[in-house]
Amino acid sequence: MKHVISPLDLSVDELDAVLSLAEKIIDHPENYKTVCQGKKLATLFYEPSTRTRLSFEAAMLNLGGNVLGFSSADSSSASKGESVADTIRVISSYADICAMRHPKEGAPLVAAQYSSIPVINAGDGGHNHPTQTLTDLLTIKKLKGRLNNLTIGLCGDLKFGRTVHSLIRAMIRYDNVKFVMISPDELRIPDYLRTEVLDAQNIPYKEVNVLEPVMPELDLLYMTRVQRERFFNEEDYIRLKDSFILNAKKMKYAREDMLVLHPLPRVNEISTEIDDDPRAVYFKQAQYGVYARMALIMTLLGLDGDGLC
Amino acid sequence: MLNISGLKNGVVIDHIQAGGAFEIYNYLNLDKEDDCSVAIIKNAKSNKTGKKDMIKIEGPIRADLDILGALSPNLTINIIKDGTIVEKRHLSLPETVTNILKCRNPRCITSIEQELPHKFKLADKNTGIYRCIYCEQRYSNRS
Ligand SMILES: [Zn+2]
Repeated sequence: MKHVISPLDLSVDELDAVLSLAEKIIDHPENYKTVCQGKKLATLFYEPSTRTRLSFEAAMLNLGGNVLGFSSADSSSASKGESVADTIRVISSYADICAMRHPKEGAPLVAAQYSSIPVINAGDGGHNHPTQTLTDLLTIKKLKGRLNNLTIGLCGDLKFGRTVHSLIRAMIRYDNVKFVMISPDELRIPDYLRTEVLDAQNIPYKEVNVLEPVMPELDLLYMTRVQRERFFNEEDYIRLKDSFILNAKKMKYAREDMLVLHPLPRVNEISTEIDDDPRAVYFKQAQYGVYARMALIMTLLGLDGDGLC
Repeated sequence: MLNISGLKNGVVIDHIQAGGAFEIYNYLNLDKEDDCSVAIIKNAKSNKTGKKDMIKIEGPIRADLDILGALSPNLTINIIKDGTIVEKRHLSLPETVTNILKCRNPRCITSIEQELPHKFKLADKNTGIYRCIYCEQRYSNRS
């Protein structure tokens, strides 16, 4: 049985299959509305994340399946001290597949070791969030038509932003991918990512502090939030935050076909004035998140076979 | 040349990363080895790495020493019989180790579930870096 705990748990071939299925679902969702009839998805959320939970539940409902679960640790047996291992053993007899969100890193891996149903990591602390990465890849593939030959801009908090780290690890598996990292010096990517991943595999990248001059090079720009609490003092935050806010003025430097992605929720790092720009695809990205999860659920349940097109 | 003066039958654990001797002492439960006399040498001079720790043990030792590579890469084990070194072992690094290294990441699931085994995987053979299988944090014997 297959679990998806880290974004790299799916090989490039497996990922291709899931993404192709997701693209077929986008084109003809009506063909899939009963494929999970009689199946149940358990959403085990030890911390609230309404957006991710609803995305999983919408995915299962779209496939004709049912959902059950809990949305915070207080409403689960964890508040009585039950271990993740015991919880998943019990849930395995109630449901066919589960999505787990947990504040502690590695909790979904523990669950996978004791589970008799597929476990999907729906976010474990600041560690992994593979369905976000899957969503990002689906958005790029569907809207760019490819995952290779891309120059990818990553902007904002590149130090603590796990979505960015996962995206880098996932994208370097494709040919001719380059990165342009735009961040304050304090929030550059961690050293291990530079040495153990990028340098180790000779991936071209550059690190800059200003967005405008590099905009024309980018095929896509992945924005993340720069949080006030990441700065030592208010002055630095005020001085730097505007450099990393995307607005209509900066978008003028971008190519006609550059895409703007963002894992959402946004605060102020993308000005609402560009929401109607066709290059701003972050709401579409959120919608694709449901399709990506539908494809993943079907694949892990072994329902991706022939006869469904 | 390794100085084994005073040792007749026993073991010298050499080339321990400076500062790492106590962890090995504790792991081997040397305080409970009543038939052994044990000497810890901290910050000895080393040609290879500048500074190193050593542990000299006189007497029969029961613990499995081969697992120690995970605690301190480059460590060597010298078996002493009748006052001479009869065997010098360079330890290879085990692929995985269970309940030898402890994950100290407060965000790791092992920090709240005490019964979980602490498991580490060898991430890089050349540098001897181990990472926790749960949180992927790199093992460090400092702090
Ligand atoms: Zn850990």
